[in-house]
Amino acid sequence: MSENTAMLEEQFRRRIAGGETIEPNDWMPDKYRSQLKRLISQHAHSEIIGMLPEGNWITRAPSLRRKLALLAKVQDEAGHGHYLYSAAETLGISREEMFDQLHAGKAKYSSIFNYPTLSWADMGMIGWLVDGAAIINQTTMAKCSYGPYSRALLRICKEENFHKKQGMEVIAMLIASGPKGKAMVQESFDRFWWPTLMMFGPHDAESPNSPDMLKWKIKLKGNDELRQRFIDMTVEQAHAWGLTIPDPHLKFNEQTRSWETGEIDWKEFQAVINGNGPCNHERMEARRNAHDNGAWVRDAARAYEAKHRRNGGTTV
Amino acid sequence: MNAPHQQPDDQWDLWEVFLQEGENEPHTHAGSIRAADAENALQNARDVFSRRGAVKNLWIVRSRDIVATVPGDTASFFEPGSDKVYRHPQFYRFTLADELWKKP
Ligand SMILES: [Fe+2]
Ligand SMILES: [Fe+2]
Repeated sequence: MSENTAMLEEQFRRRIAGGETIEPNDWMPDKYRSQLKRLISQHAHSEIIGMLPEGNWITRAPSLRRKLALLAKVQDEAGHGHYLYSAAETLGISREEMFDQLHAGKAKYSSIFNYPTLSWADMGMIGWLVDGAAIINQTTMAKCSYGPYSRALLRICKEENFHKKQGMEVIAMLIASGPKGKAMVQESFDRFWWPTLMMFGPHDAESPNSPDMLKWKIKLKGNDELRQRFIDMTVEQAHAWGLTIPDPHLKFNEQTRSWETGEIDWKEFQAVINGNGPCNHERMEARRNAHDNGAWVRDAARAYEAKHRRNGGTTV
Repeated sequence: MNAPHQQPDDQWDLWEVFLQEGENEPHTHAGSIRAADAENALQNARDVFSRRGAVKNLWIVRSRDIVATVPGDTASFFEPGSDKVYRHPQFYRFTLADELWKKP
C-alpha cells in the first residue's frame, strides 16, 4: 500500500467514525466499493426475485381487496429493485452487468424466495415474516455509511410497513375464520419459520465479511442480534394468535428476557444459497424469461426516441 | 458517463429525479431512473417515486447534464462562505438602551 493510499484510508476511516456519509464521487477503498457493489446488487436482486412467489397468487387472490393489496405490494418490490440498482450503479457497475450476473446464476439473492408458495396463507406469511424480517434488516441498514444506499433504504422502509400489515391482516382473518383457516396458517407457519430465521444470514462467527463491514458501517449490527430481535417480536405475536412455533427446543430465558431457539439447519441454508433449494431453478427461469420477453419493449422505446430525435424534436 | 446514444449495454439513459412533495416545498433529489426519452423518463419516475400520491411536481434531468462540485476541492471551493461570521445575525450585538447614542 502506498503512503498516499494509507493516508487516504486513514482519512476515510475517520470520516466514517465521525458519522459522515460517503457519496459516490468521494474517495473510498477498493474493498469498500466492491463489498457495497456485492451487497446492494444482492439486495436489488432479492427485491426483483421476491416478486415471483407473490406474483404466483395475484390471479388467485380470494377477493378484490386482497388482489389490490398484493398487486400494490409486488409493484413496490419492483420499485425497491429500481432504487437499489440505481444505488449500486453509482459505484460504477452497470445495470446490465448486474442483470448478467443474476441471469448467469452467479449472483446471490435472499434464500427465502427459493421456497414455494403453496397456499393462500403463504401470502399472509410472507408479509408477516419475510417483510417483517426485511424491515428489521433494512431499518438498521438505513443508517449505513454510503449515502445512496442509505437514502434508498429510507425510501424502502417507508413502504414496507404496509407490506407487513396487509400480511398480518390476511393471517388474522384466516385464523378468525375457524379451525380450517387456522390449520392453513399453522401449516404455512411451519414451512416459513426456519427459512425466515435463515434470512439473517450465518452466525456472526461464521460470517466471513462481517468485521470489515462493521468497521466501515456497511453493516451496523451482527446477524445474530438482528435475528434475536426478530425472534423475540415474532414469538410473542405467534403466541397471541395461538400458533405453535415449530421448534421443540424453544424456551424463554428469564435472565436475558428473550426466546432461545434450537439450531438452524445450516446445511439446508447452504444448499439453498448455492442453487439447490426447492425453487431456485424455477425462479431463475422466470426471471430470464421476463427479461428476454421484455426485450421488444426496450427496443421499441429506443426506436421511438431515435425517430423523434431524427425529426429534430424531443418526445415531450 | 456514456456518450449520448452510444450505450455499451442494453440499458436506457440515466436520469435524475427531483420531487416536490408538498405545497411550497422545494424540489429535492429522490434518486435515478433509466428511460429512453423525456416522456418515458417522466412516466418511469412517476411509477418509481410517486406510487402513493404526495407528489406535487416532478423534475427529471439527464444525469450527464448535471454539473457538480468536485469532492476533493469542496473545502477550498466553499471557503469564501465559511469564514464570514458577519454574514450571520449572531455577529451583531446591541441593546435598545444603548449608551453609544449618548456618548459624544
Ligand atoms: Fe421490498
Ligand atoms: Fe416488502
